[in-house]
Amino acid sequence: MSDAPLLDVTGVGVTYGGYVALDDVSCRVVENSIHALIGPNGAGKTTLFNVVSGLVKPESGSLQFRERQYTGLRPDQILVMGIARNFQQVRLFPVLSVIENVMVGCHSRLPRTSFRDFVLGPLGRDKVDRLARERAAEMLDLVEYRGDTKAPPSQMTLVDQRRIEIARALASDPQLLLLDEPAAGMNPAEASQLSEIIRKIRGLGRTVLLVEHNTRMVFSLADEVTVLSAGKIIASGPPSAVKSDSAVVTAYLGNV
Amino acid sequence: MFNSYTESLAVFFGINVLMAFSVYLPSSAGLISLGQGGFMAIGAYTSALLTAKDVPFALALAAGAAVAALIGVLVAAPAVRIRGIYLIIATLGFGEIVRILFINLEFAGGASGLSGIRPLTTLWYVVGVCFFVGLCLWRLRTLTLGRAILAVHEDETAAEAMGIKLLQTKLIAFGGGAAIAGLAGGLFAHYALFIDPEQFGFSRSAEAFLFVVLGGSGNPLGPVIGAAVVTLLPEVLRFLQDWRMSFFAVLLIGCAIWRPGGLVAARPPSRL
Amino acid sequence: MVFLQQLINGVMLGSTYALVAIGYSLIFGVLRLLHFAHGEVFMVGAFIGLGAVVYLHVGPLVALLCAAVGCALLGVVIEFVAFRPIRRRNGSLLAPIVSSLGVGLLLQEVATNLFGAEQTRFPPQFEGEMIRLGGLFVTSTQLFILGTSFVLMLAVHLFVSYTKYGMAMRASAESTDVARLLGINVDTVIVLTFAFASALGGVAGVLVGFAFSAISPFMGVSMSIKGVAIMLIGGLGSIYGAMVGGLILGVVEVMTVGYLASSYRDAFSFALLIIMLLVRPQGLFSGASAAKR
Repeated sequence: MSDAPLLDVTGVGVTYGGYVALDDVSCRVVENSIHALIGPNGAGKTTLFNVVSGLVKPESGSLQFRERQYTGLRPDQILVMGIARNFQQVRLFPVLSVIENVMVGCHSRLPRTSFRDFVLGPLGRDKVDRLARERAAEMLDLVEYRGDTKAPPSQMTLVDQRRIEIARALASDPQLLLLDEPAAGMNPAEASQLSEIIRKIRGLGRTVLLVEHNTRMVFSLADEVTVLSAGKIIASGPPSAVKSDSAVVTAYLGNV
Repeated sequence: MFNSYTESLAVFFGINVLMAFSVYLPSSAGLISLGQGGFMAIGAYTSALLTAKDVPFALALAAGAAVAALIGVLVAAPAVRIRGIYLIIATLGFGEIVRILFINLEFAGGASGLSGIRPLTTLWYVVGVCFFVGLCLWRLRTLTLGRAILAVHEDETAAEAMGIKLLQTKLIAFGGGAAIAGLAGGLFAHYALFIDPEQFGFSRSAEAFLFVVLGGSGNPLGPVIGAAVVTLLPEVLRFLQDWRMSFFAVLLIGCAIWRPGGLVAARPPSRL
Repeated sequence: MVFLQQLINGVMLGSTYALVAIGYSLIFGVLRLLHFAHGEVFMVGAFIGLGAVVYLHVGPLVALLCAAVGCALLGVVIEFVAFRPIRRRNGSLLAPIVSSLGVGLLLQEVATNLFGAEQTRFPPQFEGEMIRLGGLFVTSTQLFILGTSFVLMLAVHLFVSYTKYGMAMRASAESTDVARLLGINVDTVIVLTFAFASALGGVAGVLVGFAFSAISPFMGVSMSIKGVAIMLIGGLGSIYGAMVGGLILGVVEVMTVGYLASSYRDAFSFALLIIMLLVRPQGLFSGASAAKR
């Protein structure tokens, strides 16, 4: 692990109209860690995710990834740089099948389709297509998706849809994976299975930044926890330290 | 093998299929155009002016498609950020502007049009081009570009977050549609042998739009079916004489009510 | 002087455009629908006016009334046959466009079969006398057209501002959901909108017949497209925008023909349309709300 953090968010501020969603938020995510972001509803967790993934442009502050400034880049450029995400409200592409959805995630890592691939495609000899299919299947396997891969995602349970979305994000080979409430709607068994998957993902050398409401899961899984309340960071550190922080207890855990 | 009546019917059917494809491709990315007649005009005039200068037909066709695509991209670059009904109106306005422009272009014959175009379009040319474009569109879904286009249509935010370049994808879809319309125009010019700006006005654009909505925009077969219905139905309905279009009009209203997703609905009706 | 004369001609033409565009805007405002058959309703109005003048030997005002009533009925029929069933089934955005194109084709063919595809002469309704206004000459036809159009525009203004149904129409144009919550029967409002819009379109048709002494089954096609352009220039769904947009377009067209070339007649309207779309998609007279999608 190098000294510099993988992701360095400094002094980020976002307002919607007059409402302050994020106020001078700074946060460092260390490489190859599982970093959890917690806080009450409306604390600004999803907004921070949107800033990091480029969907929301911060009004102030800067973003660094691998010591490189990337404030102001478009979401697609940020994905290519190595940050991928899922969505709290699952946003799979309804007309594409499960495997095609994951294949979209591979796009940025695929070679160009050559003329030969284009012509021989109908004979099943399109190398790019085969590569994408194999990679997508591998990712679905990694997230332990066992359902039909040719059906549209809308036929799947919400839990499976979340898995597919994680697979889609992983298919882009990200160094940093942003997971927004991946365990929402899961029962305890499914949630612990998901914990294992997230550990497995870290085991592959990736870093995970996680927003989660399931505090038991967070404190057993995370190496580092950052607590956000009303758009401000109120605590950050290893789980044991954050758990006993009095500000956190009053702002967040006290309400649980 | 064909008499001239069936041959001309087949040629015009093929050209209509291409026009249907030219609406279908951008519509896959959520870009609905009511101005494809304008791109058809650009392709028709460009290729006709070139063959008049003894440029080989294939080259002239390609040039017509290329110019149409180029103008399509130039027009679309500022226009793709407008959506839904606004984009439909913008493309409609574009089609009219192209028509007016050709009325005022002296070297293109102005309002009286271009005549004496060489008869270079054969049925096999049309079949070949249709087959080629159809193959490309059918293959599209298994290509990264095709999936990107569909993803953009479904959810722009999620598509962009998955690394898809929104603007580039939309421009390719729109420019591709314009190129196909340009091809159709080139084939049309060298079969009709006479073109004037009025042939490429609103009714031409509306017709192309109807092929796709009528047939269904879920897969490339839909536009073909739509073009077949619109081209061949008036022939089948000859016995209705002066009331042919009324029958067709009633069919349109009926389809809009009972089959809004098209005759071949492989995916739910497009959301905008 | 020539300029002023042209200006009067332009305002006259523009006032008929405005009447058509107001109808377009009313329908778009309430239904978010591009009613491509509205130009054909305008054409039908012209033929009803012609029928009234030729067969019933009525005066111009009664002819206008006949066209207004006839087109209002036609508009309501169109709504019930072609649009209401689609809304009931929650069709896509494109289905109503297809349906309106179908209605347009149908009306066109019916008119062609009844009156022939050629232009039909519209007998002049006024003495050919010229009225002198300062150094300008205005025909009584022009005065009649201007007078009728402006009285109708004022009536539209009073209707939407002060009557219960007019206000219901405006509320529905803002948001049909909100209108429902306010206890407005949106279905009634829609029927009323079609009747009102079509009546205005029909009157405009007769006025154009008066002005040009000739009408044809295809006169509606370009009006349909122009109506869209005017509506967008004025602001989608804005009644006052449609009035101003129509007048601007009429003047610009007449000036173009007078000072440039008749072949450029429609160029400016569509150039203006594209510029408006790119620079100010909400139009001249529309709040921000209409600009959303």
